[in-house]
Amino acid sequence: MPTYKLFVNGEHVSVDAPADMPLLWVLRDLLGITGPKYGCGIGACRACTSHLNGKEIQPCVVPIADCANKHITTIEGLADGETLHPVQQAWLEEDVPQCGFCQPGQIMATAALLKTNKNPSDADIDAIANVCRCGTYCRIRKAIKKAAQA
Amino acid sequence: MTERATADKHTDTNAGTTRRRFVTFLIAAPTLTVAGRWLGEGTARAQIANVSTPEVDLAAALQPEVDAVSPLMRLRVTEDNRVVFEAPRAEVGQGISTAVAMLIAEDIDARLVDVDMPHSNARPELGAAQLTGASTTMRNMWGPARRLAADARARLVTAAAERWGLNADSLTTRDTHVFAPDGRSTSYGSLAVDASKVAVPAVSPLPKPVSEHTLVGTPTPRIDGKELITGRATYTLDVDVPGALPTVVARPPTIGGTVTAIDNAAQVRAMPGVVAVVEIPTGVAVVATTFHHAQQARAALSVSWGPGPIADLSDADIRGRLQNATDPLLAPSLLQSTVDGEFDFAFVNHGPVETNCAIADVRADSAEVWVASKIPPIAQTVVATGIGLPQNAVTVHPIRGGGSFGRKLYPDAALEAARISQRIGDPVKLLWTRDDDVKHGRMRPASHHKMRFLLTGDIVDSFENRSAAVQLDMDVTPFSVVIDTSIELPTSGASFYHATQATPYKFGTTTKTLNEVQLDVPTAFWRSVYSGHNRAAEEIMVDRLASRLRKDPMRFRIDMASNADAVEVLRQLKSRGNWGRSLPSGWAQGVGFHTEYNAHIGCLAEIDATNPDAPRVMRTVIVVDMGLVVNPAGAEAQFQGSVIDGIATILLAGNHITNGAVVESSYADFTWAKQASSPLEFEAHFLNTGRETGGAGELAVPAAAAAVANAYARATGTFPSQFPINF
Repeated sequence: MPTYKLFVNGEHVSVDAPADMPLLWVLRDLLGITGPKYGCGIGACRACTSHLNGKEIQPCVVPIADCANKHITTIEGLADGETLHPVQQAWLEEDVPQCGFCQPGQIMATAALLKTNKNPSDADIDAIANVCRCGTYCRIRKAIKKAAQA
Repeated sequence: MTERATADKHTDTNAGTTRRRFVTFLIAAPTLTVAGRWLGEGTARAQIANVSTPEVDLAAALQPEVDAVSPLMRLRVTEDNRVVFEAPRAEVGQGISTAVAMLIAEDIDARLVDVDMPHSNARPELGAAQLTGASTTMRNMWGPARRLAADARARLVTAAAERWGLNADSLTTRDTHVFAPDGRSTSYGSLAVDASKVAVPAVSPLPKPVSEHTLVGTPTPRIDGKELITGRATYTLDVDVPGALPTVVARPPTIGGTVTAIDNAAQVRAMPGVVAVVEIPTGVAVVATTFHHAQQARAALSVSWGPGPIADLSDADIRGRLQNATDPLLAPSLLQSTVDGEFDFAFVNHGPVETNCAIADVRADSAEVWVASKIPPIAQTVVATGIGLPQNAVTVHPIRGGGSFGRKLYPDAALEAARISQRIGDPVKLLWTRDDDVKHGRMRPASHHKMRFLLTGDIVDSFENRSAAVQLDMDVTPFSVVIDTSIELPTSGASFYHATQATPYKFGTTTKTLNEVQLDVPTAFWRSVYSGHNRAAEEIMVDRLASRLRKDPMRFRIDMASNADAVEVLRQLKSRGNWGRSLPSGWAQGVGFHTEYNAHIGCLAEIDATNPDAPRVMRTVIVVDMGLVVNPAGAEAQFQGSVIDGIATILLAGNHITNGAVVESSYADFTWAKQASSPLEFEAHFLNTGRETGGAGELAVPAAAAAVANAYARATGTFPSQFPINF
């Protein structure tokens, strides 16, 4: 079984895993990082959304072999210590979560979007395809706009 | 005790005098042995519930039992100044942990941040208090949570008075501290031990009057918000149970199919990471060291499957059976005209983003289960029965749920996990993959509705609603958790329908029947249960009737609403929603109204149906009268979510059945609403016409569904009758 070196949330880690093992299960089952959630396994619900070298990915469909020596940021690594990321802060202020299960993915998707689009339009926000079964979309939209202003 | 009951007259009006008598009686002897003594009261109460109205107010029906067991609930103050309430009701996203914590903080005079709300393990002695459902929690916990908190406060004050040698009446409380007139203060934590020895409080142990509330009624963010946005919130599969092995189950191609043979078990057992392959009643379980290995092994399994019980049925057959099952409509007399409608609603999966899952550790003579359960004692009973242990040998730890919408009433995953753990002798963590959850998970029953108004001229003589639905699975009814068996509670889908479905208009003689069609499909309570389709369809009929009578649908509802509070909600909706405003071509407004859970709600939706195949609800306005709202921010969130439910179930998402199998398998084809389908504008307005606290969790679903359907109909000039419309 190959060994992979990764930088996960700023820390060097080394894992033995089959090359085709999705990053999601490496994170959850091997590294004990449970912020990214399983919701579908095919990149459709996007509850596991995280960042690979700063870009949005769905770890449930990214094999570990594609992550070797790269930087992975999960929801746990988004804040700067105790200082929340502006997207998290906006989520808190808009009281977005209901069950919360999809919110790590929603937040990570938004954080990635705001890196390249400082002032997303409603159409840009509509393009975020993360499922929230509780229907927190109205508050997500407000929080994205608030975070964009931060 | 008498004092406390008297105080309730001033602060509580829920459930009326029967309940007050009850509280006094039970707090005097707050143990389970009392249960036998209050059986006699149940019949009287059920009759009360049935006297004025054919519907049963479920929260009111359950209230006496929740009050009766409330002394068994555990509220404690710790030495590190935490106020800890072992919550009997389950947090699955509806925000009740925050709202109940607000009640406690209010009456114990604590800072909200000092209140913790861990879930109570399954405790059958809590009866109805551990049934999270039917939008009853804030109504049922209003009294008990405040009384427990006020009682604890009184004991803390008494302990402080004794410590300081002061008159207890001279002390004040705020921010989780007791204050003396001379400026001294001490934390509740410092008094926790002494307060536990206070036998009789020296100050009133009664909740404060509503007029003195400073927190309750104020929009308040979630107490668990920070956990939820940092990834620290723990859901079932995040619980670290040492040695629990990742497990998935290979399931049959058809609903309820059976295992005939496992063709390559030995080969699969030899695969890397595989620990066990075992047959269980619902399929073949694969246990491995990671979920990746478990899923790989499952994919490699070759199983011969027997067909499930409906393998010869598809949607058209099921729809035909439902249509044939409805009672016939009355024929009009010579002088009468009719307004008719027929409606079909597809099955709908609950689709929580957290699929069915559970962790189980079954030993020879005991078991532990970790699962998001809305009725932990039922999970306990079902697991115990399934693995042949006594109920009290099974410990159920309820975990925060990643969405429910009715799904987490059912312990399907807990039972499977326990069976697998028992078979292999190791703890397991069981995941239903998304395709498992969509293809084999429970669904809202498909339904057919025939409706008819009979009119003489412009006078509405009668309204008939002849409905049929696939049978609601009540094999294990959620109400079996209720200890007092004399409370009259629904035991079938049909009786639940009759207990809950009321038409809030003056339509003359109103008749409704629901016939259930027995079909071996996993069905379930689904947020708002029958109201989500049956009442939505009725509201579509109201629009059709208004159209026949050449009346504006909003004006018509105002004219026909059956009581003044409903009229006020509709009037406010008309003005605050800007009903009738000018809109672009292809756009329209629609209205839906609903009364249930001791509340009235109106929803106005504006839709852009310029492209009828891709309509978008652009704006929604809610006006609600649910009396005193404990947390308006939480209630608003419930309404926002319910609007999405209305949009999804009317326009977008359902489940097809072909040859006994659910066709959809993920969110790619079970197309639940995403951001691009959600309204750009949302407003909620709360009225308070003085009623008691109402239930918020399900209330808006039928109103929103109806508003969306009616807006679509008006925008497109069509009469949609099959839902979801784009299916």
